[in-house]
Amino acid sequence: MTRKLVFLIVLVVLAFGLSLIAGKAWVPPSAWFSPDPRFAIIVELRLPRAILGLSIGTVLGLSGAVLQGYLRNPLADPAVVGVSSSAALGAVAAIVLGIAANPLVLFACAMAAAAGSMALLAALTWRSPSPVQFILAGTVLASLAGALTAFLISVAPNPYAVAEVIDWLMGALTDRSLDDVRTALPFMALGTILLFLTGPSLNALTLGEDAARSLGVRLGRLQLLVVLGTGLTIGASVAVTGVVGFVGLVVPHLLRPFFGHRPSALLLPSALGGAALVLTADSLCRLAPGAGEVRLGVAMALIGAPFFLMLLLKGRAAWS
Amino acid sequence: MELTIPPLILESVDVTLSGRRVLDDVSAILRPGRVTAILGPNGAGKSTLIKTAAALIAPTQGVIRLGDRSVTTLDPRERARTIGYLPQDASAHWNVAASEIVALGRVPHRIPFAAPSAHDLAAVTQAMDATETTHLADRPVNELSGGERARVLLARVLAGKPDWLLADEPLASLDPAHQLDILDRLQQVARGGAGVVIVLHDLLHAGRVADDVLLLKQGRVLASDEAAKVLTPEKLRAAFEIEVSVDRDRQGRLVCVPIGRTV
Repeated sequence: MTRKLVFLIVLVVLAFGLSLIAGKAWVPPSAWFSPDPRFAIIVELRLPRAILGLSIGTVLGLSGAVLQGYLRNPLADPAVVGVSSSAALGAVAAIVLGIAANPLVLFACAMAAAAGSMALLAALTWRSPSPVQFILAGTVLASLAGALTAFLISVAPNPYAVAEVIDWLMGALTDRSLDDVRTALPFMALGTILLFLTGPSLNALTLGEDAARSLGVRLGRLQLLVVLGTGLTIGASVAVTGVVGFVGLVVPHLLRPFFGHRPSALLLPSALGGAALVLTADSLCRLAPGAGEVRLGVAMALIGAPFFLMLLLKGRAAWS
Repeated sequence: MELTIPPLILESVDVTLSGRRVLDDVSAILRPGRVTAILGPNGAGKSTLIKTAAALIAPTQGVIRLGDRSVTTLDPRERARTIGYLPQDASAHWNVAASEIVALGRVPHRIPFAAPSAHDLAAVTQAMDATETTHLADRPVNELSGGERARVLLARVLAGKPDWLLADEPLASLDPAHQLDILDRLQQVARGGAGVVIVLHDLLHAGRVADDVLLLKQGRVLASDEAAKVLTPEKLRAAFEIEVSVDRDRQGRLVCVPIGRTV
């Protein structure tokens, strides 16, 4: 167990290093500490990007593991709660309204929309805090946010705004600064703590809701932790990078055979695994041929979906 | 398990679920150190009664008390240490090792995020010993047979060492040998001083283990007394609308055999 964790940590460190080194311009570690002109690339571009990749991967993997544990469903991921779509809706609204020139405004709009959807979710499920209610309400919110986003795109005042929206929706870590890091990190850190607090209750839920309650688990409190934790982490992550899917779904899946099915035992590994995956994928994105980059969200889906399908077909028995 | 375990008292309890009155003015005193069987036809409210007693369903009227303390206002963790509940559906949502399932019984005793204490580990070992599941410790729980899984889940409740053990149809889907196993374990728990309340369907099982019987029909208590006073042809006819022959076996245990429907 510990050895596997150490392996994951090493993986994250390597991926972080790779993220600093790799790109259209390679910056070897020897250039980091000398007065090399490429050092500016590290501080201005690569470091913020690597920190964001690390933190976004962490919260995507962690929230995926928490939601799968909470909903007792290995197919759950942050998207089912509707937080990512709502945060995206907020950001799109800011872009369409033409007030997104200041990144702080865009961030605030995305977070406000995420908070609004969390409040709705909590209100919809407050009377009977059960995972089934939760997943239904979350799905409704996600579709609603998706529909509103599509509506906003259709009424966008000019094609530039549409292009910007679509570009943004695809999700990327390109051109992020340390300011973005400073804005998003506190929310993610707080949400991460809340998500980690769910561990013991998630374990008890293995026996079903009645048994969990009979073991002293307060389902209302647990749900509040899940809603707030997901909202803060995923809201902030979508607000700075756009929608990056698939990580929250697949990382807990991949790690379950190695760390066991106990929900709390999967939280830390999923956080580390998510970080390693996003950092690596983002580094690969930069290496795509041509002048531009592949969008992280697109790359994730392109590489991830077939890979996941293969795993499902190959190891169907292992996950049943 | 000191002698100070107070009785579990239901006082004029009404429960309404989705507009339907499921329990109607239910009063009973459940005594520790004894096995109480809850009997009644389908839909009589047996599961609702046991869930209400476990404070999983809030009564619309009336109170549930442990001695003179209200169960509904107890801190959930303290309540969980006092009342263990074994639900009807015998499943685990994740395929974890049997020992991890049993360890969940210690959740209300443990400081969250701290490693389990020696006391916790001892309780788990003891519970697995008592249910003869020690050899299953590392097996994934969903790969166990129905009988093995039922014993593991019982061990989960026993590991919490509750004063009261409330089990909702713990014998469903078990073969006769495993049914007797579970019944004997539950009886041992009661002999150890704890209160045991079981929802049962089979009158033979009830006659075998029950010290007391609570007979329910359409949400009302038909009778609540010592088994010999409740398991009578008249009372069972009133509850189930069947003719029952009641006898005693050589050990003096009640044997209730359904003969046929009342005409």
